[in-house]
Amino acid sequence: MIEFNMPSLGADMEAGTLREWLVKPGDKVKRGDIIAIVETQKGLIDIEVFDEGVVNQLLIREDEKVPVGTVMALIANGEKGTGKTLQRLGKETETGKPVEEWQPVIAPHLVKASPLAKRIAAEKNIDLQTVKGTGEGGAITKEDVEKAAAQKAVMNEIKPPATESIRMAVAAAMSKSNREIPHYYLQQKIDMRKALAWLVEANKLRGVKQRLLPVVLLIKAVAKALTAVPELNGYWENGFRHKDEINIGFAISLRSGGVMIPAIHNADKKTLDELMTALNYIIPRARAMKLKSSELSTSTITITSLGEANAELVYGVIYPPQVALVGFGSIIEQPWAEQGMLDVRPVITATLAADHRATDGATGSRLLMYINNYLQKPELL
Amino acid sequence: MTDEEIKHVVVELFKKIAPDTEPEKLAPDDDIRHTLEIDSFDALQFVVALDEHFGIETPEEDYGKIATMKNLIYYIQQKKTRLPT
Repeated sequence: MIEFNMPSLGADMEAGTLREWLVKPGDKVKRGDIIAIVETQKGLIDIEVFDEGVVNQLLIREDEKVPVGTVMALIANGEKGTGKTLQRLGKETETGKPVEEWQPVIAPHLVKASPLAKRIAAEKNIDLQTVKGTGEGGAITKEDVEKAAAQKAVMNEIKPPATESIRMAVAAAMSKSNREIPHYYLQQKIDMRKALAWLVEANKLRGVKQRLLPVVLLIKAVAKALTAVPELNGYWENGFRHKDEINIGFAISLRSGGVMIPAIHNADKKTLDELMTALNYIIPRARAMKLKSSELSTSTITITSLGEANAELVYGVIYPPQVALVGFGSIIEQPWAEQGMLDVRPVITATLAADHRATDGATGSRLLMYINNYLQKPELL
Repeated sequence: MTDEEIKHVVVELFKKIAPDTEPEKLAPDDDIRHTLEIDSFDALQFVVALDEHFGIETPEEDYGKIATMKNLIYYIQQKKTRLPT
């Protein structure tokens, strides 16, 4: 039997609220299946499993809030005994709460409501207990929830609740980082003339939907540089833990304030087109606060890119338990001296914030040099 | 299409890409990206949407020609009249 636990979706997450089970006892599950929807400070997250088996028991009721690491379900995989954890994402039992205290229960539904009604209620933050059902046997329908949501919107027009919880999630993670991680910083100006010229030509060959943004060159350059400087890819957990997979957490700012940092998995192995496809997939979902558990918990380093017409330099704060963050300012035309000549070039300033417990400045400097070198040979990215 | 009709469609496209903004309040000469705080990713989504809704491809070198509402409407009118019917 395997235990399926409430996953940790970041250093700032202590608990999550189960909003919906997408499986029932007896259902077969396989790696990558989304089996539950959990609400966290970062919105509704689709929770995936990472093994095969048959759902044996659901131990948590819908709408119940439990600490990270709590056993949520038992899944039979043909093995006897417990101990193997199905949910392998992130750090387990960060809160240290003993799992044994938990009294298993079979999930009775607290309120009768259609799955669609529940999903809409979760998205709109409507407590189903307060909604009167007009469906069969008093069941709550989609229309009931929408009516309740409309009433709530009228009463609560000023501020969406998500904004505040995202703010608190960012606050918790960044406070932890500042408290525990001794940061050091390096910066490097990079001439982007060749990279941008290459991109103009590359985009001429592409249709509108396939066009690449400069940021994919930056992501790929960082990912390739990390293969040469692996000391900056991983976690600090009582010592440095190197990770083989290079999963880039890409900081996406939300219009309402706050940031989401979904992961682009195996970025070093993706082509530029595949990286652009990944961005097209995660950015709209991050802004809608609808990400998957694997995207929020597996980043091994973070990139923050300010984009066009913004500040020219950013010193980042590391997202724990990672050990480095690469920042890119806006590309700005600047005077550029080279071989005794002065010219004007599009220049980007790359910065590195790194954990001094894990590495020293010489290592960090090597990473920035590699990033620079790769951006001078965009055709090889 | 009249200028007003094009503006109506464009406003709807911006609302889809950047909810919580008020593109209908854009003055003809406002810098659209600056006013609506649209980043390069959203800007690319808008160019894709222009292609889908009006059937016009906007090459990268033309991005400067669609920076304000006035120029954007003019650009769409020009491109549409050049298209075979």
